[in-house]
Amino acid sequence: MPVLEQEHGLLQQFASGDLVAFERLFREHQAEVYRWTVRIVRDPAIAEDLTIETFFRIYRAHARFDPQKSFGAWARRIATNAALDHLKSRRREVEFTDEFAVAISSDAAVQRDLREKTQRAFEKLPAKLRVAATLALIEEQPYADIADALGISVGAVKVRVFRATRQLRKELKRLGVEP
Amino acid sequence: MNSEEEKIRSLLSQALPPTQNELARDLWPQMLRRMDERAPTVPWFDWALIALLIAAIAVSPHSIPLLLYHL
Repeated sequence: MPVLEQEHGLLQQFASGDLVAFERLFREHQAEVYRWTVRIVRDPAIAEDLTIETFFRIYRAHARFDPQKSFGAWARRIATNAALDHLKSRRREVEFTDEFAVAISSDAAVQRDLREKTQRAFEKLPAKLRVAATLALIEEQPYADIADALGISVGAVKVRVFRATRQLRKELKRLGVEP
Repeated sequence: MNSEEEKIRSLLSQALPPTQNELARDLWPQMLRRMDERAPTVPWFDWALIALLIAAIAVSPHSIPLLLYHL
């Protein structure tokens, strides 16, 4: 049987709720889902948990999957949503203080201070803007891929990146950093 | 990418270190555990039977010994 037909058969079996088909798809796609997730959350342990969460959501939604479409793209979109949910819940937990107690006395300390302030400014971004900025500016992923994963247009991704940049610049200025 | 985005990108790259991009282990065993963790669901007709039983006891308490006898 040709490879494409085998793949289509596997996707059809998965869509009908076959656990063996799900296991095969899990093993084929877990590394890719993890790679995408870790780019967003930037923590390997959390990315592993979110990979499990992503596939759990995928398994629950098997009946809604269209075997004619790409499983990888569908999984990536679900992974992006899981990562977004994580960032939203984490943002509520994190308490920020605006004062920095560390005295600046050397170049290394200045660099460290700059990194900390940038991290703080970045953590303050709304989750949606943060994901767009992470994928576009840090990971340098193609805008089309980001748009596909977020389920929005390329134009909307550009707007989010623009808004993220503007908010970061504003926050960094407030913290005494002139980007 | 404009110059403002470029400056922010440079700052972010310095502030946010690269992460381990490769999955170090197979997550399937964890996936199976996660699927087993789901709380067992009680079918709706079981709830209906329990409700019926409670209603029967409330309406005629003298039927309790009879119910206990049949358990």
